[in-house]
Amino acid sequence: MSMDIAVDGLVFTYPSGVTALGGITVSVPAGQRLAIVGQNGAGKTTLVRHFNGIFQPTEGTVRIGDWDTKGRDIAELAARVGYVFQNPDEQLFARSIRDEVGFGPKNLGVPADEIEARVTAALARSGLVGMEDTHPYHLSLSERKRVALASVLAMETPIVVLDEPTTGQDARGVALIGEVVAELAAEGRTVVAITHDMDFCAENFDRVLVMADGRVIADGTPAEAFSRLDALEDAHVEPPQLERLRTELGWAEPVMSVDEFVGQLKTRA
Amino acid sequence: MTDPIIRFDNVTYHYPGTEEPALRDIDLEIMPGEYVAILGLNGAGKTTLGLCVNGVVPTMLGGTLEGSVTVGGLDVGEYPVREMAKIVGMVFDNPEFQMSQLSAAEEVALGLENAGIAYEDMVRIIPETLELVGLKGFEERSPLGLSGGQQQRLAIAAVLAMKPQILIMDEPTSNLDPIGKQEVFSIAGKLNKEAGMTVVVIEHEVEVMAKFADRVIVIDHGRIVMNGAPEEILSRVKELGALGLRAPEAAVLADDLRARGLWTGPTPTTTAPAVEQVRTMIGAARG
Repeated sequence: MSMDIAVDGLVFTYPSGVTALGGITVSVPAGQRLAIVGQNGAGKTTLVRHFNGIFQPTEGTVRIGDWDTKGRDIAELAARVGYVFQNPDEQLFARSIRDEVGFGPKNLGVPADEIEARVTAALARSGLVGMEDTHPYHLSLSERKRVALASVLAMETPIVVLDEPTTGQDARGVALIGEVVAELAAEGRTVVAITHDMDFCAENFDRVLVMADGRVIADGTPAEAFSRLDALEDAHVEPPQLERLRTELGWAEPVMSVDEFVGQLKTRA
Repeated sequence: MTDPIIRFDNVTYHYPGTEEPALRDIDLEIMPGEYVAILGLNGAGKTTLGLCVNGVVPTMLGGTLEGSVTVGGLDVGEYPVREMAKIVGMVFDNPEFQMSQLSAAEEVALGLENAGIAYEDMVRIIPETLELVGLKGFEERSPLGLSGGQQQRLAIAAVLAMKPQILIMDEPTSNLDPIGKQEVFSIAGKLNKEAGMTVVVIEHEVEVMAKFADRVIVIDHGRIVMNGAPEEILSRVKELGALGLRAPEAAVLADDLRARGLWTGPTPTTTAPAVEQVRTMIGAARG
């Protein structure tokens, strides 16, 4: 069965009466790398928290594969959707990285020897080799974020949601997370990431949703989304520097990489 | 000749119980009114360097510091951190951690009270300081109800109220959205340009540094490995790459074009000169 995400007419109103999502319809085919961009308060986190059942729709439906999330609890959905919080301290609780990363698979009933193998693999992917016995609170924020990532990778869910994975990461950390995204996609798993890092977005994702005021205002490949300057302005998103350069130069075709820029330059000079 | 406001003289520092020094042989002078950006991988020693300036290292955290750090003419190791706080204000990456009060005004008042400032002065300083960071009228608002950018500006206001000569910001915008980032950097830029405040910012965002800073310092394994004007440092694409760091995209582009024999001028670090040079190239090619 294919693990597509299907969001149909999703409205979400907080108990306070504030409507955070004003009717969203979007489908994410299995294996896609989807980035969601927009200002804080645009509804990005509220949207993705419907995927793992933290929130239930006020109106409309959210389907994960053949499951309607309505009536499914978070523990059940956790087998399909892994969620890495923006703030790792909302997620981490164990006394060692091994216990932290092994907790999810243990709860899924994974046998002990496989848990060990999954923990080792997840730590390797997250750049935390040899840190099994370290207490998560002895780590820096950027390292704790990678522990939170590893603990979700170890669940081996078909869908992985990353809420601002690159904040506080240095260039090496950002590159590592880009590799994780590519590897997950190569295995046919879906990656949904909320990000403010537009270079990261242009380099690592197939599709970009631009959100503002609880709605999707642009949806397409990075090249398509970043050339929608009107929508980007409404969402207070600045395109990557190469794209701004291209726009300043008055070239019509979007530019997502140095190679593409050079290609366009050659047709002109 | 003006004296440097911050001077590191052959500083090597070990945290308690560690063998590897966090800082090695640091010689550094920062002049009053400079805007300095510090760049490096996580764990390179950037935060430790910042903590030496307000004396938290070594006064509060212990360890062994060889050499000397002089700030505003004072030898840092000889003064308590609360004395240094009058000269150096420090802002961290998570503004929520710095908020402890029920209203924005009380947040700003906290440091003033601790410094023994008289009430009649406080009621003047608080609104003045909030206005300076664009939070006029926010006096009674709860800090936790503010946006990330507003919280971080409030954290800046709380240190500014102490009238420091130096503002150190440690990854001040890593938790903020693009608007929040802009708010914080334009306030810091304004304080630097208009009030002549010395600003030291630890940042990963090279594009922002290229735009605001007078000088960029790169730290690797506790050592200063590059130190110069942003256009000089941030254009060294390959050297930065070897240290695990990224240059601004405009510089990466020019570097790539140069390798293909298509770029001859200086390497740009911001968008405007890059556009200018590409236009010139196209014009020249068309003759």
